[in-house]
Parts: sequence; C-alpha cells; structure tokens
Amino acid sequence: MKFTLSWLKKHLKTEAGIDEIVKAMTLAGLEVEEVENPAEKLAAFSVAKVLTAEKHPDADKLKVCTVETRDGVKQIVCGAPNARADMTVAYAPLGAYIPGLDFSLDKKPRKIRGVESSGMMCSGKELEVDEDADGILDLDSSFDVGTSIADALGLNDPVIDFEVTPNRPDWLGVDSIARDLAAVGVGELITPDIPKTNGSFPCPVDIKTEVPEACPTFIGRVIKGVKNGPSPQWLQDQLKAIGLRPISALVDITNFITYDCARPLHFYDTAKLQGGITVRMGKDETFDALDDKTYIATSEDVAICDESGILGLGGIVGGESTGCDESTTDILIECAYFDPLTIRRSAKRLGVNSDAKYRFERGVDTGFLLGGMDLATQMVLDICGGEASEVLIAGEVPTPPKAIEFDPMRVTELTGLSLSDDEVEVILTKLGFGVKRGPVWTVDVPTWRRDCSEAADLVEEVARIHGYHNLEAVSLPPLSGRREPTATLTQNRTRLARRALAERGLSEAITWSFALQNHCRLFGGGEDMMLLDNPISSDLDSMRPSALIHLLLAGQRNADKGYPRSALFELGPVYRGTEPGDQSLSLAGMRRVETERHWAGECEITALSAKADVFAALSAMGANIDNLMTLEAIGDYWHPGRSASLRMGPKNVLASFGELHPRVLKAMGIECRVVAFEIWPENLPKQKMKSAGKAKSALSLSDFMPVHRDFAFIVAEDTKAGDLIRAAKGADKQLISDVSLFDVYQGQGVEDGHKSLAIDVTITPKDATLTDKEIDAISEKIIAAVMKVGGRLRG
Amino acid sequence: MSDIAATKDKYAAQIAGAEDLRVLDDIRVAALGKKGEVSKMMQGLGKMSIDEKKVMGPALNGLKNDIAALIEAKKTELEDAALDAALASETMDMTLPVGSPSGTLHPVQQVMEEMAVIFSDMGFSVAEGPDIEDDFHNFTALNFPPGHPARDMHDTFFMTSQEGEEPKVLRTHTSPVQIRTMINQKPPIRIIAPGRTYRCDSDQTHTPMFHQVEGLVIDKGIHMGHLKGVLMDFVSAFFETDVDVQFRPHHFPFTEPSAEMDVRYERDGAAIKIGQGESWMEILGCGMVHPNVLRACGLDPEEYQGFAFGMGVDRLAMLKYGMPDLRDMFAADTRWLAHYGFDPLLQANLASGLS
Repeated sequence: MKFTLSWLKKHLKTEAGIDEIVKAMTLAGLEVEEVENPAEKLAAFSVAKVLTAEKHPDADKLKVCTVETRDGVKQIVCGAPNARADMTVAYAPLGAYIPGLDFSLDKKPRKIRGVESSGMMCSGKELEVDEDADGILDLDSSFDVGTSIADALGLNDPVIDFEVTPNRPDWLGVDSIARDLAAVGVGELITPDIPKTNGSFPCPVDIKTEVPEACPTFIGRVIKGVKNGPSPQWLQDQLKAIGLRPISALVDITNFITYDCARPLHFYDTAKLQGGITVRMGKDETFDALDDKTYIATSEDVAICDESGILGLGGIVGGESTGCDESTTDILIECAYFDPLTIRRSAKRLGVNSDAKYRFERGVDTGFLLGGMDLATQMVLDICGGEASEVLIAGEVPTPPKAIEFDPMRVTELTGLSLSDDEVEVILTKLGFGVKRGPVWTVDVPTWRRDCSEAADLVEEVARIHGYHNLEAVSLPPLSGRREPTATLTQNRTRLARRALAERGLSEAITWSFALQNHCRLFGGGEDMMLLDNPISSDLDSMRPSALIHLLLAGQRNADKGYPRSALFELGPVYRGTEPGDQSLSLAGMRRVETERHWAGECEITALSAKADVFAALSAMGANIDNLMTLEAIGDYWHPGRSASLRMGPKNVLASFGELHPRVLKAMGIECRVVAFEIWPENLPKQKMKSAGKAKSALSLSDFMPVHRDFAFIVAEDTKAGDLIRAAKGADKQLISDVSLFDVYQGQGVEDGHKSLAIDVTITPKDATLTDKEIDAISEKIIAAVMKVGGRLRG
Repeated sequence: MSDIAATKDKYAAQIAGAEDLRVLDDIRVAALGKKGEVSKMMQGLGKMSIDEKKVMGPALNGLKNDIAALIEAKKTELEDAALDAALASETMDMTLPVGSPSGTLHPVQQVMEEMAVIFSDMGFSVAEGPDIEDDFHNFTALNFPPGHPARDMHDTFFMTSQEGEEPKVLRTHTSPVQIRTMINQKPPIRIIAPGRTYRCDSDQTHTPMFHQVEGLVIDKGIHMGHLKGVLMDFVSAFFETDVDVQFRPHHFPFTEPSAEMDVRYERDGAAIKIGQGESWMEILGCGMVHPNVLRACGLDPEEYQGFAFGMGVDRLAMLKYGMPDLRDMFAADTRWLAHYGFDPLLQANLASGLS
C-alpha cells in the first residue's frame, strides 16, 4: 500500500516529520518497506530568472542568457526555443547530475561555440518530472529565485510503501492509517464531514441482488448530467504520486476513494444499461472486461447483469460495455459489499487482480456503505456536476461485529504490561472501539475491525499501541528438578555418525526432498501418489525414496565442472507414502570411483570402502558391529554381486551398501562407477534401560599370554570369508578371543575355482597356561568347524 | 714389571688401530679371553711367592682393567661411528604429502546444533514431525480458516490427491510439530522444532525447501515479557555478541498478540555485521499462542497460555557465517562445502563456545 505524506496529512493533523511517522508506523505494526521522496533527486535544482536572452553570435539556434540564480548571476548558453527574458526556469548548477540525460555537468564552465556557459536550464524530461522535451520548464513567476524545484513543482512529498497484513484490510485506506498513528500519539485524527446528498428524484435504475450470501448489499444511485473530462490537477497529482495513471474525472474519483478510505466503487454509464441491475451468479457467460481481457463467469462468480446479460464481475472487474467515457452524462454509482471468500476464490481461479478485488477479498468496512456513497456523490457533484437521485438499497447491510467481553487484567496476564484501566480504555477508544466499563467490560468492535473477536485481540491492540518496546524482557523461570538431556537418542546418534563420516573424508550435503519422478522410480519410489501437484519445476516433482539421488547428481555436476571424486553424505528424510509413518530418516552417502594418483600408491575405492563407511557410522552410533548379519542389499539399484546389507536379525536392516547398479547410474547420466550406502538410524535398537546405570561391567584380564596359531584353508571361490571367520570363532567361544584374516590367495598351488584364506587365531587362556595338547585340541575344533562351511586345511 | 707395561702398550696400540668391532673383539679374546695373554700371565701368579704376589697381583689386575677399559672406550667409539654412518643413509623426504582430505559438516546442521545447545540450556527439548502434513496440522489447527488470505502467503506445495480427498501438503512451517506436541503432551511444554519446510518459491533469497526452527512454551502464567526475554537471550548467544533488538507488532494467524523481532546491523563492504549499527533487519516472527490454537489442541486458554516463535535457519546461517546466496546451500558443490563447512571435531557447546 502506497500513500504520500500530504495525503496522510488530510486525515492526520500532525507536525511530525517523515522519519518520525515511519518509525511510529513500524512500531505500530505497519511495516514500512520503502520511503521515496522525489525531492531527493531534484535537490540540486532551484528556481532562477532569465534576465536577458540574446542570440548566440555563432549559432542560429542557441541563445546566450544571463540568469539570476541562487549562485549569483550566471551566463548560460541555451538551445531551448522557448528561452526568453523574464522567464522563470529550473536551474542546474555546474556539476549537477541530470537524471533525464544520465550525465553530470562539467564542474568548470565550458565554452559553447566560443561563449562561456555556467550551468543549465532544464526541461521537464531532463528532470524526469514530465515528458516534455521541446522546451525548458516555464515556471510560475511567483516563485522566488533559489526556491527548490521540488517545492516549486509540488514534488516535495515522500511516498511511503508499507506491508498490509491480511488481518487489516482497513489499512488499505489512508484514513485508517491516520487513525492508528493518532492512537500512538503522532497527531490528531481528522474526521472529515461527508455531506449527505438528498436525491431530488427516485433512482431510475432498478437494482436487486439474488445472491444474499455472495452479495448481501448493493447500494445504487444515479447522477444525471455529469461532465466527464480530465480530473482537477490536485486529484491527478495525488494519484500520480502513488503511481496511478489519471484517466478521467469519474475513474479518478473511484480510484481516489479506493485508496482514501478502502472503499471500492463502480460507475456505470446508464445510457449503456438495458433495464435494471440484477446481481446473480454467472451462467458460463463471456464478457469483455475493463482490463482488456475476456472472462467467463461461472456459477462460482458474482455477475452484475442487466437485461442484456452480464456486465462485469462483482467486486473484481467491471465490463467494457457499460464503462464511462468522455461522452458519459448519466452514471449509476455502485457501492456494494461482496463476500470476501467468494471474491477470493473467483479472482484466484480467473487470475484477476484489481484494487477492488484486493480490498473486497480482505473485507471492506460494512459500516461505510452509505458513507462511501455519500463521499462518491459529493465528489462527482463537485467535480463533474449533475443532479443526484435518491439512494436505492438492494439487500441488507451486514450486521456489525459482535461485542467482546473483556477483562482488562488480560493485558497484564498475556503481556506482563501493567496499564491502568484508563490507559486501556483510551487506547481502545482512539482505535474506534466502544468501551462500556464494568466488572467485565463490554467492548464494541468497529465495523472495519472484523479481525477482533476475542479478548486476546484487544490485548494485542492495547500492547501494540502502547508499544512492544515497552514490554519488559523477563528470562524464563528455570525448570525445577534434574534435567534430562533435551536431545533424543536418534539425534545424539546421528550427530556422532555424521562426524564419523566426515572424518572419513565425506562431506555433508543437504539436498532437495523432492526429485525427478523417473529418478525416484530407479530407487524404488516415484509412485503417482508421491507426486507434487504444483512442483517448483518438472525435475523436482516427486518425493524422494532415497537421499542418494541428489548426491549422485551433485557428484556428476561437480565432476562436470572439473572437480571429480566427490564423496558426499546427507542426513535427511525419505518417503514411501504420505502418512507420517511413511517417512524415515536416512543417512546416505556415496563416493565416486575416480582414480586419484598418489605417490604412495592408489587408495582404491571399492564396494568395501562403503562398508568401512557404514561400519564407522554404525559404531559411532553405538551399534555392536561384530554381531551383524551380512545379507543381500535392499533395493534393486545395487550391483548384484557387489553389495550387501547389515542386519540385526533377518528382518531389521540397519544399512545397505556396495556399488550402485551400473544400469541405474547410466539412466541418471552418472558417468563413473559409484559406491554408496544407506543407513537407517531409526532401526538401531533402543538403549538399555536406564536402571542399568552408567557403570561399565567389571574388566576381566587374563594373567596368561595369549597364543597365536595360523591356519590356511582352501575354500570354493564363492565362499564368504565372513562365514569362515565366524565358524572359526565359534569353535571355542571361551578360549578363542579373536580371528583375523591375513591373506586371501588365488593362483599357483590352489586349484581353479578355489581360493586360500589364511587366518590368525588368538587363543587367550583364562585359568592356566595351555598345554600343547590342549592347543592341538582347539586347532582340531577350528578345522572341524571350518570344514562345515566347506573349508579344508591347506596342505 | 716391564712385561706388564709392554703388554699394555702393545694392546693399547692394537686397540687404537682396531677398525671395527670384530677386530676389537679379537683383540679382547687375545688379551683377556680364557686363553688370552693377560689371563695366562695371571695364571703365573700361583707359582709366585707371597711377596711377589703382593706386587704382581694388583699389577696384573690393573693391566686387565686398563685393557678392558680401553676396549670398552673403543667399542663405544666404534658403535657411535657405525650409528652415525647408518643415520647418514637413513633419510626421508619430509615434504612428501601425507594423509587424506577430511570432509566437512553442513553449516545448516551446525547452526541447528548451535540453536539446540542454546535452547537446551533454557530447558527446551527438540521435537520432530513429518514433512508431508495434512491440512489440519499445517493450517486449520493453527487458526488459518479455509480460504484465509494468509494461506496464500504460504505458497503451499500440494501432493496429488484422489478425487474428493483433501490433498496433503508439504509443511510450510514446522508449526505442525507444535500442534502434534500440544495434542500429545501435557503442559508445561518447552520445545524447539527444527526441520525442513517447503514453499513454492525460488529466487536468490527463497528456495523451495528451507529450514526452520520454531519454539513453543506452554504453561501457566507465561507472558509476552518472557517471550521477549527468551529471544533476546537467544539472539545474543547465537551471534556470540551483544545484539540490540527491536520488537514490533505483526500479524500471524496462530499468535495473538503477534510480533516480529529485528536486530541491529551494519554493512561492512559486502559483509553484514549483526549486533550494532543504524539499520534493522527482521529475523524472526513470534507471539502469544492464539486461543483458537490452544482450543484446537484441547487446551483451555483460560488455564494455559504461552508463546511461540519461528525463524529461518538457513538465513541465520548466512547472516552468521557469511554465505552470500541461499541457493548454494543445497547444491552440494564440493568447493562450497569445503569452504563453508565445519570441522567434524567441532561440537557446539556452551563451555567451549558455539563454533
């Protein structure tokens, strides 16, 4: 909402300057977005008088003038045809920036065809105050030399633009802005006296509304014999100052009242009306609107009709067919109320915006229907002349908002402010509320404040006008008793896991929760139910089933820019459905397999690098990684032979990892192999009961030296090392404390289709040093156990 | 006796001339070994008279000790020389590059951790909720009546829906978490709700996905002065400097009274310094929870009241750590992550500082 300081001052008697007003607005909740004073760019220019104007000795079209300026008498060479002696002009001193020409004058006098010139006399276009470039500004001779040009042109008037919150449609009129400023003490509200015009004849146009929900009231009046020409200068200036284009007196009057008191109106040329006006819902009719567009009014839209059919969309946009022009002599003034929700839906569906719609959809003042008609009548009669009919009221004026039962103690209870009852009453009264004091107050709500319906609303009004800067800041009272940690188990676990992954060289990213549907399908999602109805772009149209999608795309983008070897991870949600339980937390990461040359040899990235990442993250989260089952990976986007999942029991999957399926990568345009993992932190078991305490179990240390024995087994090529190690470990759970794999060999000495796995078994005696016999017995057990998984001792 | 002196001289000369430890050991055996010359000389003592023994005994012992000492000294000398020779060849180029590059943590996560630390100190727990929400939790319960203009200001993303079904939405704020908390938990309530939020908007200062942290306090006797106190405490703690703030009225459907908080700032070239200066910048919205919101959650506004606040995490991260463009936050450019990311060893806490 834009308005000028001078416009405000028609409603507010104040000595306050622009800065004070802007500050008061901000502190009262009218958030000022911009203040622009056209005078600022005109600061260099001032009024001057031409004393003499002679033809330039060497140029036919130039004149040499002596000019009385605030800098003394100057000689200025001027090319304007209208330059003459005794003219009052706009003077630009040396060095001044000329906005319309976008350059600055030289700082020293310069010679034009041999004659020295000190400064410039400007046209309206050069100052960007009008379009006239044919001659220099010819100002009223009453201005004194040195007067600022902004003052001479009436442009010293700051324009304020502020944000109107949806609860305050009344702020879309300058009068309500003035009321709030008066309440905070910036000035005194001027309530203009709107004279009531009694019509001299009955309204000749019949009006009825058939849709009392959508259009409860339509007040009409005809004014005969108007003359519609350009509106007076003051009105044109006032509209131009806030960026509205003056059109004709009648149009300018409706625009003025729309901004002056948030009261949209519509004027019909009665000569173009056929019969009476009926307000009804549309019947899929087409009409040409005043905004040069064509609309179809459906049964959802309010249609203003005459006997010929639809004329316009009520409250949104008028029709071309009955619009006023210069030949208009008789008009029908419409001052109506439309249901905000109906207007809103209509305008949204039809994609129309207008100053009227903007106000009706937020709700206009139901108490200013007749007042608005009176103001419009008065302005038309004043500016365009004519004779007014009586007012015809179709439908009923909506009832005023309900009074609020109010205990002024609520102010203190909700805000901590302690204000006296009198102070509370003064604030409410200044805002237009009617206060009836008693044990509980009854507060009447003004018709323009339908946002207020209960005590909390009144508390806000009181606090807002008293000022939030007067609220006393109080720290929260501390909670009693011992504090539990405020983070959840999963939050704490992932905090550590993220750090473990970063320590391993992966960088944390955050990527979109939505992705391309086709990419989602590659990762087991992308169902139609996961599509967004209104995606921001077609490549982000589906809720992601995996956090890997964008990490892969980002990795490729980085490589394309010349930065290969991305290693990224992300902690974030993935979605299998739209219910709250369908969302799970994923800790996913990937490393692109792009060779890096290193003097110490390459650190090769394989599917097992992803396994190491998973182990680092899981152990950071406190999972017992020794006891996990390694089964096939979940999802068919993994490489069939180089992937696996880690599970606690056959069903509870903690993570999948490995190389990604080359076909999936190709479909996504990923140009190298990628190893990746997906960890599901919420699947980790809960912590042990708190009653167990924080103390660790007692440490039991053996006094006896551990014994190491090495074994090499021949197994089939596809035998899993993990199975062999587990078998060996299980051979004697008491004495075998560790089994480590130290060699995997295929080649000479091992038959085709087989491999040799060599393990180092640590045997830790508990009670006594083991005899050779005992150690041999354990060795036998190990060999027997490994045999069960298909291994035989290498000869 | 002259024999003794001669023997000593002989061996002293040999020891001095020994070139390595092996030669030295041969000399030791020849002189002091069981069958060595000095040993033999000492065996001769048995045939001597007591008087002779008194003279020769100590003399021979002296000889033995002298030679042993010479050998020991020479041995140390030779060992040192050998070690020096070995060290001279044991060199390494200490400029060879080592180690693997470490990854970084995302600044948005860092900032959310910082916020959790600050609010935890005031007794707030961290609550979470789903991103895909229903109309009730995202709007209706928050006092956005159907068709309310404020709904439009949210640029809501809708999920596709079956005919006749109310479409699900991507939450436009983390306020639905407040609703879920108030429905499921009895006051007193002190929570913050960090998380992803979504609005259908994209330019230099808006991304279709962003992060919010909201706070909620519900109890008896909590008023707007507490709200102001908490937020003033928070903002100075977060920016790790004294920050001058301004509260001014605003409108949100879910709070009444509603406010926005501005912080003072000044521009220093391209950088923005928060805390002092001539300009105000809005950083968060807040207010007393609207009675309709309390009612929608089954709480009696006559008994309980409290406040709520919400702020954009990404923007606060940019203000504190100087990232110029919001869109870069979610692009996963490795150069950006390396530059603006945080060391994983860093853990925001009040004892050592936030960052």
